[in-house]
Amino acid sequence: MNTVWALTGIVIKELYRRKDFYVLFVLTALITLAAGSVEFFKDPNIVRYVKDLCMLLIWVSALLITIATAARQIPAERESRTIFPLLAKPVTRGQVILGKFFGCWLASGTALAVFYLFFAVITGSREQHWPVLDYLQAYLLQWIMLGIVTAMTLLGSIVFAAPSSTVTILFIVVAGILFLGRHLNTVALHNPEPLRGIIYTVYFIIPHVELFDVRERVVNDWGLVNWLDCGLAALYAAAYTALFLLLTWLAFRRKSLN
Amino acid sequence: MKRTSPGWWLALLLAVCFTLATMFVPRAAWWNEVPRAADWNKGRSESDNVFKLLLGEGRRLFGNEMFVMADAYFHSGYYPSIFDRQESDQDVATPAYGKADDEDSTGDDFLGPPPDWIAALNRRFVPNKHTHLDSGGPTGHMNTVEVQEILPWLKLATDMNPQFIKAYRVGDYWLRRLHKPAEARDFLFEGLHNNPGNVELLFDLGWLYQKDFHDTDRARNVWMAALRCWETQDANAKSNTEAQLAYEETLMNLAILERNRENWPQTIKYLEMVKQISPKPEAIQQQIDEARQKMAAPPAAASP
Repeated sequence: MNTVWALTGIVIKELYRRKDFYVLFVLTALITLAAGSVEFFKDPNIVRYVKDLCMLLIWVSALLITIATAARQIPAERESRTIFPLLAKPVTRGQVILGKFFGCWLASGTALAVFYLFFAVITGSREQHWPVLDYLQAYLLQWIMLGIVTAMTLLGSIVFAAPSSTVTILFIVVAGILFLGRHLNTVALHNPEPLRGIIYTVYFIIPHVELFDVRERVVNDWGLVNWLDCGLAALYAAAYTALFLLLTWLAFRRKSLN
Repeated sequence: MKRTSPGWWLALLLAVCFTLATMFVPRAAWWNEVPRAADWNKGRSESDNVFKLLLGEGRRLFGNEMFVMADAYFHSGYYPSIFDRQESDQDVATPAYGKADDEDSTGDDFLGPPPDWIAALNRRFVPNKHTHLDSGGPTGHMNTVEVQEILPWLKLATDMNPQFIKAYRVGDYWLRRLHKPAEARDFLFEGLHNNPGNVELLFDLGWLYQKDFHDTDRARNVWMAALRCWETQDANAKSNTEAQLAYEETLMNLAILERNRENWPQTIKYLEMVKQISPKPEAIQQQIDEARQKMAAPPAAASP
Protein backbone atom coordinates (compact mmCIF):
# COMPACT_ATOMS: atom_id res chain seq x y z
CA MET A 1 0.00 0.00 0.00
CA ASN A 2 2.95 2.33 0.73
CA THR A 3 4.02 1.99 -2.90
CA VAL A 4 0.57 3.09 -4.07
CA TRP A 5 0.60 6.13 -1.74
CA ALA A 6 4.11 7.08 -2.91
CA LEU A 7 2.88 7.08 -6.52
CA THR A 8 -0.21 9.01 -5.44
CA GLY A 9 1.93 11.71 -3.82
CA ILE A 10 3.91 12.21 -7.02
CA VAL A 11 0.74 12.79 -9.07
CA ILE A 12 -0.60 15.32 -6.53
CA LYS A 13 2.69 17.24 -6.57
CA GLU A 14 2.50 17.29 -10.37
CA LEU A 15 -0.90 18.99 -10.26
CA TYR A 16 0.28 21.99 -8.31
CA ARG A 17 3.42 22.30 -10.41
CA ARG A 18 1.39 22.53 -13.61
CA LYS A 19 -0.48 25.64 -14.74
CA ASP A 20 -3.79 23.97 -15.76
CA PHE A 21 -5.48 24.39 -12.41
CA TYR A 22 -4.34 27.98 -11.85
CA VAL A 23 -5.41 29.10 -15.35
CA LEU A 24 -8.85 27.48 -15.03
CA PHE A 25 -9.37 28.80 -11.53
CA VAL A 26 -8.45 32.36 -12.49
CA LEU A 27 -10.72 32.15 -15.55
CA THR A 28 -13.61 30.83 -13.46
CA ALA A 29 -13.08 33.54 -10.85
CA LEU A 30 -12.83 36.32 -13.43
CA ILE A 31 -15.93 35.27 -15.37
CA THR A 32 -17.96 34.77 -12.17
CA LEU A 33 -16.89 38.11 -10.72
CA ALA A 34 -17.60 39.89 -14.01
CA ALA A 35 -21.07 38.32 -14.17
CA GLY A 36 -21.65 39.14 -10.51
CA SER A 37 -20.74 42.79 -11.04
CA VAL A 38 -23.64 43.27 -13.47
CA GLU A 39 -26.70 44.72 -11.75
CA PHE A 40 -30.15 44.09 -13.22
CA PHE A 41 -32.93 46.56 -12.44
CA LYS A 42 -30.88 48.09 -9.60
CA ASP A 43 -31.36 44.93 -7.55
CA PRO A 44 -28.14 43.71 -5.88
CA ASN A 45 -29.85 40.58 -4.47
CA ILE A 46 -30.30 38.76 -7.75
CA VAL A 47 -27.85 35.89 -7.45
CA ARG A 48 -29.03 32.66 -9.08
CA TYR A 49 -27.67 33.42 -12.53
CA VAL A 50 -24.23 33.94 -10.93
CA LYS A 51 -24.53 30.63 -9.06
CA ASP A 52 -25.64 28.90 -12.23
CA LEU A 53 -22.74 30.27 -14.25
CA CYS A 54 -20.17 29.56 -11.53
CA MET A 55 -21.37 25.96 -11.10
CA LEU A 56 -21.20 25.39 -14.85
CA LEU A 57 -17.63 26.72 -14.94
CA ILE A 58 -16.69 24.54 -11.97
CA TRP A 59 -18.04 21.44 -13.74
CA VAL A 60 -16.22 22.23 -16.99
CA SER A 61 -12.97 23.09 -15.19
CA ALA A 62 -13.08 20.00 -12.97
CA LEU A 63 -13.65 17.74 -15.98
CA LEU A 64 -10.81 19.40 -17.90
CA ILE A 65 -8.38 19.12 -14.97
CA THR A 66 -9.30 15.50 -14.25
CA ILE A 67 -9.20 14.28 -17.84
CA ALA A 68 -6.04 16.22 -18.74
CA THR A 69 -4.23 15.01 -15.60
CA ALA A 70 -5.24 11.36 -15.91
CA ALA A 71 -4.71 11.15 -19.69
CA ARG A 72 -1.01 11.97 -19.59
CA GLN A 73 0.07 9.87 -16.59
CA ILE A 74 0.98 6.55 -18.19
CA PRO A 75 1.91 7.87 -21.69
CA ALA A 76 4.30 10.39 -20.06
CA GLU A 77 5.98 7.63 -18.02
CA ARG A 78 6.40 5.58 -21.19
CA GLU A 79 7.62 8.47 -23.28
CA SER A 80 10.26 9.56 -20.75
CA ARG A 81 11.08 5.89 -20.11
CA THR A 82 10.72 6.37 -16.35
CA ILE A 83 8.24 3.50 -16.42
CA PHE A 84 11.17 1.01 -16.60
CA PRO A 85 12.95 2.00 -13.36
CA LEU A 86 9.50 2.35 -11.78
CA LEU A 87 8.52 -1.21 -12.63
CA ALA A 88 11.96 -2.44 -11.62
CA LYS A 89 11.58 -1.21 -7.99
CA PRO A 90 9.68 -3.68 -7.89
CA VAL A 91 6.28 -2.14 -8.41
CA THR A 92 3.59 -4.17 -10.11
CA ARG A 93 1.55 -2.81 -12.99
CA GLY A 94 -1.54 -3.03 -10.82
CA GLN A 95 0.11 -0.80 -8.21
CA VAL A 96 1.07 1.71 -10.91
CA ILE A 97 -2.57 1.86 -12.06
CA LEU A 98 -3.88 2.21 -8.49
CA GLY A 99 -1.26 4.83 -7.58
CA LYS A 100 -2.03 6.87 -10.68
CA PHE A 101 -5.77 6.56 -10.07
CA PHE A 102 -5.67 7.68 -6.44
CA GLY A 103 -3.22 10.46 -7.31
CA CYS A 104 -5.44 11.87 -10.06
CA TRP A 105 -8.60 11.46 -8.00
CA LEU A 106 -7.17 13.15 -4.91
CA ALA A 107 -5.60 15.89 -7.02
CA SER A 108 -8.92 16.61 -8.76
CA GLY A 109 -10.67 16.50 -5.37
CA THR A 110 -8.24 19.08 -3.97
CA ALA A 111 -8.73 21.35 -6.98
CA LEU A 112 -12.51 20.89 -6.72
CA ALA A 113 -12.43 21.86 -3.03
CA VAL A 114 -10.74 25.17 -3.92
CA PHE A 115 -13.40 25.84 -6.59
CA TYR A 116 -16.23 25.08 -4.16
CA LEU A 117 -14.67 27.29 -1.49
CA PHE A 118 -14.65 30.15 -4.00
CA PHE A 119 -18.25 29.36 -4.95
CA ALA A 120 -19.37 29.35 -1.31
CA VAL A 121 -17.62 32.65 -0.56
CA ILE A 122 -19.01 34.41 -3.65
CA THR A 123 -22.60 33.23 -3.27
CA GLY A 124 -22.61 33.53 0.52
CA SER A 125 -21.36 37.12 0.39
CA ARG A 126 -24.19 37.99 -1.98
CA GLU A 127 -27.00 35.92 -0.51
CA GLN A 128 -26.02 36.30 3.15
CA HIS A 129 -26.99 32.66 3.46
CA TRP A 130 -24.58 29.72 3.90
CA PRO A 131 -26.05 26.28 3.03
CA VAL A 132 -22.74 24.57 3.85
CA LEU A 133 -24.19 21.04 3.92
CA ASP A 134 -25.74 21.49 0.48
CA TYR A 135 -22.39 22.61 -0.94
CA LEU A 136 -20.57 19.77 0.83
CA GLN A 137 -23.00 17.23 -0.61
CA ALA A 138 -22.68 18.70 -4.11
CA TYR A 139 -18.88 18.61 -3.74
CA LEU A 140 -18.82 15.00 -2.55
CA LEU A 141 -21.14 13.81 -5.33
CA GLN A 142 -19.07 15.58 -7.98
CA TRP A 143 -15.86 14.19 -6.56
CA ILE A 144 -17.29 10.66 -6.58
CA MET A 145 -18.27 11.21 -10.23
CA LEU A 146 -14.71 12.36 -11.00
CA GLY A 147 -13.55 8.95 -9.74
CA ILE A 148 -15.43 7.28 -12.63
CA VAL A 149 -14.05 9.84 -15.09
CA THR A 150 -10.48 9.30 -13.81
CA ALA A 151 -10.77 5.52 -14.19
CA MET A 152 -12.28 5.89 -17.69
CA THR A 153 -9.48 8.26 -18.71
CA LEU A 154 -6.78 5.92 -17.44
CA LEU A 155 -8.32 3.15 -19.56
CA GLY A 156 -8.44 5.55 -22.52
CA SER A 157 -4.78 6.46 -22.03
CA ILE A 158 -3.85 2.78 -22.45
CA VAL A 159 -6.15 2.17 -25.43
CA PHE A 160 -5.66 5.35 -27.47
CA ALA A 161 -2.42 6.35 -29.15
CA ALA A 162 -1.77 9.83 -27.73
CA PRO A 163 -2.87 11.84 -24.67
CA SER A 164 -4.43 14.47 -26.94
CA SER A 165 -6.78 11.94 -28.54
CA THR A 166 -7.61 10.49 -25.10
CA VAL A 167 -8.51 13.95 -23.77
CA THR A 168 -10.66 14.79 -26.80
CA ILE A 169 -12.50 11.46 -26.89
CA LEU A 170 -13.08 11.31 -23.14
CA PHE A 171 -14.32 14.89 -22.99
CA ILE A 172 -16.80 14.21 -25.79
CA VAL A 173 -17.96 10.95 -24.19
CA VAL A 174 -18.41 12.44 -20.71
CA ALA A 175 -20.12 15.58 -22.04
CA GLY A 176 -22.36 13.36 -24.19
CA ILE A 177 -23.38 11.27 -21.17
CA LEU A 178 -23.99 14.41 -19.11
CA PHE A 179 -26.26 15.92 -21.76
CA LEU A 180 -27.98 12.84 -23.17
CA GLY A 181 -27.48 10.02 -20.67
CA ARG A 182 -30.70 10.50 -18.74
CA HIS A 183 -32.78 10.83 -21.93
CA LEU A 184 -31.56 7.72 -23.77
CA ASN A 185 -34.44 5.64 -22.40
CA THR A 186 -36.96 8.18 -23.76
CA VAL A 187 -35.19 8.17 -27.13
CA ALA A 188 -35.24 4.35 -27.14
CA LEU A 189 -39.00 4.24 -26.58
CA HIS A 190 -39.56 6.40 -29.66
CA ASN A 191 -37.62 4.07 -31.95
CA PRO A 192 -38.61 0.74 -33.52
CA GLU A 193 -36.82 -2.53 -32.81
CA PRO A 194 -33.93 -3.40 -33.13
CA LEU A 195 -32.78 0.22 -32.64
CA ARG A 196 -34.79 0.44 -29.44
CA GLY A 197 -32.97 -2.56 -27.98
CA ILE A 198 -29.58 -1.19 -28.99
CA ILE A 199 -30.23 2.25 -27.45
CA TYR A 200 -31.62 0.66 -24.29
CA THR A 201 -28.53 -1.55 -24.01
CA VAL A 202 -26.30 1.51 -24.34
CA TYR A 203 -28.45 3.24 -21.70
CA PHE A 204 -27.86 0.44 -19.20
CA ILE A 205 -24.16 -0.02 -20.05
CA ILE A 206 -22.90 3.57 -19.85
CA PRO A 207 -21.88 5.01 -16.48
CA HIS A 208 -24.55 7.60 -15.67
CA VAL A 209 -22.29 10.40 -14.51
CA GLU A 210 -25.22 12.82 -14.76
CA LEU A 211 -26.65 11.18 -11.59
CA PHE A 212 -24.12 13.17 -9.61
CA ASP A 213 -25.03 16.53 -11.14
CA VAL A 214 -27.00 18.36 -8.46
CA ARG A 215 -26.33 21.84 -9.86
CA GLU A 216 -30.03 22.59 -10.45
CA ARG A 217 -30.81 21.71 -6.85
CA VAL A 218 -27.98 23.84 -5.45
CA VAL A 219 -28.73 26.85 -7.68
CA ASN A 220 -32.48 26.77 -7.00
CA ASP A 221 -32.19 26.00 -3.26
CA TRP A 222 -33.95 22.65 -3.32
CA GLY A 223 -32.21 21.47 -0.17
CA LEU A 224 -30.30 18.28 0.53
CA VAL A 225 -30.69 15.04 -1.39
CA ASN A 226 -31.46 12.07 0.87
CA TRP A 227 -28.11 10.72 2.12
CA LEU A 228 -29.29 7.15 1.49
CA ASP A 229 -29.75 8.01 -2.20
CA CYS A 230 -26.26 9.53 -2.17
CA GLY A 231 -24.96 6.27 -0.69
CA LEU A 232 -26.61 4.27 -3.48
CA ALA A 233 -25.11 6.60 -6.07
CA ALA A 234 -21.70 6.21 -4.43
CA LEU A 235 -21.99 2.40 -4.64
CA TYR A 236 -22.96 2.72 -8.30
CA ALA A 237 -19.90 4.92 -8.91
CA ALA A 238 -17.61 2.55 -6.98
CA ALA A 239 -18.76 -0.38 -9.14
CA TYR A 240 -18.04 1.47 -12.39
CA THR A 241 -14.72 2.83 -11.11
CA ALA A 242 -13.62 -0.68 -10.12
CA LEU A 243 -14.73 -2.04 -13.50
CA PHE A 244 -12.78 0.58 -15.45
CA LEU A 245 -9.69 0.09 -13.27
CA LEU A 246 -9.88 -3.65 -13.82
CA LEU A 247 -10.13 -3.12 -17.59
CA THR A 248 -7.21 -0.68 -17.42
CA TRP A 249 -5.11 -3.20 -15.54
CA LEU A 250 -6.00 -5.96 -18.03
CA ALA A 251 -5.08 -3.72 -20.97
CA PHE A 252 -1.90 -2.43 -19.30
CA ARG A 253 -0.79 -5.93 -18.32
CA ARG A 254 -0.65 -6.98 -21.98
CA LYS A 255 0.71 -3.68 -23.22
CA SER A 256 4.24 -3.55 -24.60
CA LEU A 257 6.15 -0.71 -22.96
CA ASN A 258 8.55 -0.08 -25.84
CA MET B 1 22.28 58.76 -36.81
CA LYS B 2 21.68 59.93 -33.31
CA ARG B 3 20.28 57.25 -30.99
CA THR B 4 17.10 58.11 -29.19
CA SER B 5 17.15 57.50 -25.49
CA PRO B 6 14.92 54.61 -24.23
CA GLY B 7 13.33 57.11 -21.88
CA TRP B 8 11.94 59.07 -24.84
CA TRP B 9 10.59 55.88 -26.40
CA LEU B 10 8.92 55.07 -23.11
CA ALA B 11 7.39 58.56 -22.92
CA LEU B 12 6.16 58.25 -26.50
CA LEU B 13 4.58 54.86 -25.79
CA LEU B 14 2.90 56.22 -22.67
CA ALA B 15 1.48 59.11 -24.68
CA VAL B 16 0.17 56.68 -27.32
CA CYS B 17 -1.36 54.48 -24.63
CA PHE B 18 -3.03 57.45 -22.98
CA THR B 19 -4.45 58.66 -26.30
CA LEU B 20 -5.79 55.21 -27.13
CA ALA B 21 -7.26 54.87 -23.65
CA THR B 22 -9.16 58.15 -23.99
CA MET B 23 -10.57 56.81 -27.26
CA PHE B 24 -11.46 53.32 -26.10
CA VAL B 25 -12.59 53.75 -22.50
CA PRO B 26 -15.88 55.49 -23.34
CA ARG B 27 -16.63 52.73 -25.86
CA ALA B 28 -15.78 50.00 -23.35
CA ALA B 29 -17.94 51.71 -20.73
CA TRP B 30 -20.78 51.71 -23.24
CA TRP B 31 -20.35 47.98 -23.84
CA ASN B 32 -20.47 47.30 -20.13
CA GLU B 33 -23.63 49.25 -19.55
CA VAL B 34 -27.04 48.10 -20.54
CA PRO B 35 -28.16 50.69 -23.09
CA ARG B 36 -30.75 53.06 -21.73
CA ALA B 37 -33.40 54.93 -23.61
CA ALA B 38 -31.77 58.25 -22.74
CA ASP B 39 -28.50 57.23 -24.41
CA TRP B 40 -30.12 56.55 -27.74
CA ASN B 41 -30.97 60.18 -28.02
CA LYS B 42 -27.26 60.85 -28.20
CA GLY B 43 -27.17 59.53 -31.73
CA ARG B 44 -26.66 55.84 -31.10
CA SER B 45 -28.62 53.16 -32.87
CA GLU B 46 -31.58 51.75 -30.96
CA SER B 47 -30.16 48.30 -30.39
CA ASP B 48 -26.52 49.22 -30.17
CA ASN B 49 -25.52 46.82 -27.39
CA VAL B 50 -22.81 44.27 -26.78
CA PHE B 51 -24.91 41.41 -28.17
CA LYS B 52 -25.42 43.22 -31.45
CA LEU B 53 -21.69 43.86 -31.66
CA LEU B 54 -20.88 40.21 -31.00
CA LEU B 55 -23.72 38.32 -32.69
CA GLY B 56 -25.24 40.75 -35.18
CA GLU B 57 -28.85 40.06 -36.16
CA GLY B 58 -28.38 36.38 -35.25
CA ARG B 59 -28.84 37.33 -31.60
CA ARG B 60 -32.62 37.44 -32.13
CA LEU B 61 -32.61 33.65 -32.29
CA PHE B 62 -31.50 33.54 -28.67
CA GLY B 63 -34.25 35.87 -27.41
CA ASN B 64 -36.77 33.08 -26.99
CA GLU B 65 -34.16 30.85 -25.30
CA MET B 66 -33.56 33.55 -22.69
CA PHE B 67 -37.31 33.77 -22.10
CA VAL B 68 -37.46 29.99 -21.64
CA MET B 69 -34.66 30.33 -19.07
CA ALA B 70 -36.81 32.83 -17.17
CA ASP B 71 -39.64 30.27 -17.17
CA ALA B 72 -37.23 27.52 -16.04
CA TYR B 73 -36.06 29.72 -13.15
CA PHE B 74 -39.70 30.45 -12.32
CA HIS B 75 -40.12 26.68 -11.88
CA SER B 76 -36.86 26.44 -9.86
CA GLY B 77 -35.28 24.22 -12.49
CA TYR B 78 -38.17 21.74 -12.81
CA TYR B 79 -38.55 22.10 -16.54
CA PRO B 80 -39.08 19.78 -19.51
CA SER B 81 -36.12 19.15 -21.78
CA ILE B 82 -36.42 18.76 -25.55
CA PHE B 83 -37.02 15.04 -24.95
CA ASP B 84 -40.04 15.60 -22.69
CA ARG B 85 -43.56 16.80 -23.30
CA GLN B 86 -43.38 20.53 -24.02
CA GLU B 87 -45.72 22.97 -22.37
CA SER B 88 -47.87 25.17 -24.57
CA ASP B 89 -47.98 28.23 -22.31
CA GLN B 90 -45.15 29.59 -20.23
CA ASP B 91 -46.31 29.96 -16.63
CA VAL B 92 -44.05 32.95 -16.06
CA ALA B 93 -46.09 34.88 -18.65
CA THR B 94 -49.66 33.86 -17.82
CA PRO B 95 -50.28 36.26 -14.90
CA ALA B 96 -48.87 39.14 -16.94
CA TYR B 97 -51.64 38.55 -19.49
CA GLY B 98 -54.30 38.41 -16.82
CA LYS B 99 -54.77 34.66 -17.11
CA ALA B 100 -55.07 32.24 -14.22
CA ASP B 101 -52.37 29.60 -13.76
CA ASP B 102 -52.91 26.72 -16.12
CA GLU B 103 -53.21 23.60 -14.00
CA ASP B 104 -51.91 21.44 -16.79
CA SER B 105 -48.95 23.50 -17.92
CA THR B 106 -45.53 22.05 -17.03
CA GLY B 107 -47.69 19.25 -15.58
CA ASP B 108 -47.21 18.13 -12.03
CA ASP B 109 -45.17 15.25 -13.40
CA PHE B 110 -44.39 15.90 -17.04
CA LEU B 111 -41.93 13.01 -16.92
CA GLY B 112 -44.50 10.38 -16.03
CA PRO B 113 -43.64 7.40 -13.83
CA PRO B 114 -39.95 6.39 -13.98
CA PRO B 115 -39.51 3.63 -16.59
CA ASP B 116 -36.50 2.01 -14.88
CA TRP B 117 -34.40 2.10 -11.72
CA ILE B 118 -31.76 4.43 -13.20
CA ALA B 119 -34.45 7.01 -14.05
CA ALA B 120 -35.99 6.55 -10.59
CA LEU B 121 -32.64 7.16 -8.90
CA ASN B 122 -31.90 10.05 -11.25
CA ARG B 123 -35.03 11.91 -10.21
CA ARG B 124 -33.84 12.05 -6.61
CA PHE B 125 -30.92 14.27 -7.71
CA VAL B 126 -32.77 16.80 -9.85
CA PRO B 127 -35.67 19.20 -9.20
CA ASN B 128 -38.67 16.87 -9.07
CA LYS B 129 -41.72 18.90 -8.10
CA HIS B 130 -43.81 21.48 -9.95
CA THR B 131 -43.57 24.73 -8.00
CA HIS B 132 -43.61 28.43 -8.80
CA LEU B 133 -41.25 31.01 -7.35
CA ASP B 134 -44.11 33.35 -6.49
CA SER B 135 -45.82 30.71 -4.37
CA GLY B 136 -43.00 29.65 -2.08
CA GLY B 137 -40.63 27.85 -4.43
CA PRO B 138 -39.40 24.28 -3.85
CA THR B 139 -39.53 24.46 -0.06
CA GLY B 140 -42.81 26.36 0.04
CA HIS B 141 -41.28 28.87 2.46
CA MET B 142 -39.48 31.14 0.05
CA ASN B 143 -40.17 34.82 0.09
CA THR B 144 -42.08 36.24 -2.89
CA VAL B 145 -39.08 38.43 -3.69
CA GLU B 146 -37.31 35.31 -4.97
CA VAL B 147 -39.18 36.00 -8.24
CA GLN B 148 -36.53 38.64 -8.87
CA GLU B 149 -34.29 35.77 -10.04
CA ILE B 150 -36.16 35.60 -13.37
CA LEU B 151 -35.47 39.25 -14.17
CA PRO B 152 -31.93 38.92 -15.65
CA TRP B 153 -33.27 36.46 -18.23
CA LEU B 154 -36.10 38.77 -19.25
CA LYS B 155 -33.62 41.61 -19.64
CA LEU B 156 -31.30 39.41 -21.68
CA ALA B 157 -34.27 38.28 -23.83
CA THR B 158 -34.99 41.88 -24.77
CA ASP B 159 -31.30 42.63 -25.30
CA MET B 160 -31.12 39.70 -27.68
CA ASN B 161 -34.36 40.54 -29.42
CA PRO B 162 -35.41 44.18 -28.89
CA GLN B 163 -38.70 43.47 -30.69
CA PHE B 164 -39.70 40.80 -28.13
CA ILE B 165 -42.84 42.55 -26.81
CA LYS B 166 -43.87 39.64 -24.56
CA ALA B 167 -40.60 39.87 -22.59
CA TYR B 168 -41.10 43.60 -21.93
CA ARG B 169 -44.68 43.02 -20.76
CA VAL B 170 -43.78 40.08 -18.53
CA GLY B 171 -40.81 42.02 -17.09
CA ASP B 172 -43.05 45.00 -16.40
CA TYR B 173 -45.60 42.78 -14.64
CA TRP B 174 -43.06 41.15 -12.31
CA LEU B 175 -41.26 44.41 -11.58
CA ARG B 176 -44.59 45.89 -10.52
CA ARG B 177 -45.28 42.81 -8.37
CA LEU B 178 -41.88 43.37 -6.75
CA HIS B 179 -42.81 47.00 -6.01
CA LYS B 180 -40.34 48.44 -8.48
CA PRO B 181 -42.54 50.76 -10.54
CA ALA B 182 -39.68 53.07 -11.56
CA GLU B 183 -37.72 50.12 -12.97
CA ALA B 184 -40.87 48.83 -14.69
CA ARG B 185 -41.41 52.24 -16.28
CA ASP B 186 -37.79 52.38 -17.50
CA PHE B 187 -38.12 48.88 -18.95
CA LEU B 188 -41.29 49.88 -20.81
CA PHE B 189 -39.57 53.04 -22.04
CA GLU B 190 -36.79 50.86 -23.40
CA GLY B 191 -39.38 48.67 -25.11
CA LEU B 192 -41.13 51.67 -26.60
CA HIS B 193 -37.85 53.07 -27.83
CA ASN B 194 -37.19 49.81 -29.66
CA ASN B 195 -40.83 49.45 -30.76
CA PRO B 196 -42.20 52.97 -31.21
CA GLY B 197 -45.96 53.21 -30.89
CA ASN B 198 -46.53 49.64 -29.76
CA VAL B 199 -50.08 49.52 -28.42
CA GLU B 200 -49.44 46.69 -25.92
CA LEU B 201 -46.54 48.54 -24.29
CA LEU B 202 -48.44 51.84 -24.28
CA PHE B 203 -51.37 50.14 -22.58
CA ASP B 204 -49.05 48.67 -19.91
CA LEU B 205 -47.37 52.05 -19.41
CA GLY B 206 -50.72 53.76 -18.91
CA TRP B 207 -51.75 51.05 -16.46
CA LEU B 208 -48.49 51.51 -14.55
CA TYR B 209 -49.05 55.29 -14.32
CA GLN B 210 -52.59 54.81 -13.10
CA LYS B 211 -52.13 51.96 -10.65
CA ASP B 212 -48.59 52.46 -9.31
CA PHE B 213 -47.93 56.18 -9.73
CA HIS B 214 -51.60 57.19 -9.25
CA ASP B 215 -51.13 59.69 -12.07
CA THR B 216 -54.46 59.56 -13.93
CA ASP B 217 -53.70 62.44 -16.29
CA ARG B 218 -50.52 60.86 -17.53
CA ALA B 219 -52.24 57.49 -17.84
CA ARG B 220 -54.96 59.12 -19.99
CA ASN B 221 -52.37 60.82 -22.20
CA VAL B 222 -50.48 57.54 -22.73
CA TRP B 223 -53.67 55.65 -23.57
CA MET B 224 -54.76 58.35 -25.99
CA ALA B 225 -51.36 58.08 -27.61
CA ALA B 226 -52.02 54.32 -27.86
CA LEU B 227 -55.28 55.01 -29.73
CA ARG B 228 -53.50 57.32 -32.17
CA CYS B 229 -50.81 54.70 -32.75
CA TRP B 230 -53.45 52.02 -33.32
CA GLU B 231 -55.06 54.11 -36.07
CA THR B 232 -51.76 54.41 -37.93
CA GLN B 233 -50.99 50.67 -37.81
CA ASP B 234 -51.46 48.46 -40.84
CA ALA B 235 -53.99 45.62 -41.04
CA ASN B 236 -51.33 43.01 -40.31
CA ALA B 237 -50.36 44.65 -37.00
CA LYS B 238 -54.03 45.07 -36.09
CA SER B 239 -54.68 41.36 -36.56
CA ASN B 240 -52.42 40.49 -33.60
CA THR B 241 -54.65 39.07 -30.85
CA GLU B 242 -52.62 40.53 -27.98
CA ALA B 243 -52.56 43.95 -29.63
CA GLN B 244 -56.34 43.79 -30.17
CA LEU B 245 -56.84 42.92 -26.53
CA ALA B 246 -54.58 45.80 -25.46
CA TYR B 247 -56.52 48.18 -27.73
CA GLU B 248 -59.84 47.04 -26.26
CA GLU B 249 -58.53 47.39 -22.70
CA THR B 250 -57.15 50.85 -23.53
CA LEU B 251 -60.55 51.98 -24.78
CA MET B 252 -62.30 50.48 -21.77
CA ASN B 253 -59.92 52.17 -19.34
CA LEU B 254 -60.33 55.51 -21.10
CA ALA B 255 -64.10 55.09 -20.86
CA ILE B 256 -63.81 54.42 -17.13
CA LEU B 257 -61.59 57.50 -16.65
CA GLU B 258 -64.09 59.69 -18.49
CA ARG B 259 -67.00 58.18 -16.56
CA ASN B 260 -65.23 59.02 -13.30
CA ARG B 261 -64.95 62.64 -14.54
CA GLU B 262 -68.65 62.51 -15.52
CA ASN B 263 -67.66 63.40 -19.06
CA TRP B 264 -70.56 61.43 -20.53
CA PRO B 265 -70.16 62.26 -24.27
CA GLN B 266 -66.55 61.02 -24.20
CA THR B 267 -67.54 57.99 -22.13
CA ILE B 268 -70.18 57.04 -24.69
CA LYS B 269 -67.75 57.62 -27.55
CA TYR B 270 -65.18 55.23 -26.08
CA LEU B 271 -67.82 52.64 -25.16
CA GLU B 272 -69.16 52.75 -28.72
CA MET B 273 -65.64 52.03 -29.97
CA VAL B 274 -65.29 49.12 -27.51
CA LYS B 275 -68.66 47.72 -28.61
CA GLN B 276 -67.41 47.37 -32.19
CA ILE B 277 -64.63 44.99 -31.19
CA SER B 278 -65.86 43.45 -27.95
CA PRO B 279 -66.90 39.78 -27.88
CA LYS B 280 -69.76 40.83 -25.54
CA PRO B 281 -71.39 43.86 -27.23
CA GLU B 282 -74.62 43.47 -25.20
CA ALA B 283 -72.80 44.17 -21.93
CA ILE B 284 -71.14 47.23 -23.45
CA GLN B 285 -74.50 48.44 -24.82
CA GLN B 286 -75.89 48.22 -21.29
CA GLN B 287 -73.08 50.48 -20.06
CA ILE B 288 -73.75 52.91 -22.93
CA ASP B 289 -77.44 53.04 -21.97
CA GLU B 290 -76.54 53.75 -18.35
CA ALA B 291 -74.17 56.54 -19.42
CA ARG B 292 -76.92 58.05 -21.64
CA GLN B 293 -79.38 57.98 -18.76
CA LYS B 294 -76.91 59.77 -16.51
CA MET B 295 -76.17 62.31 -19.22
CA ALA B 296 -79.91 62.98 -19.68
CA ALA B 297 -80.58 63.24 -15.93
CA PRO B 298 -80.76 66.83 -14.55
CA PRO B 299 -77.70 67.83 -12.52
CA ALA B 300 -78.09 67.39 -8.77
CA ALA B 301 -79.26 70.54 -7.02
CA ALA B 302 -76.52 72.40 -5.24
CA SER B 303 -76.76 72.16 -1.49
CA PRO B 304 -77.80 75.40 0.26
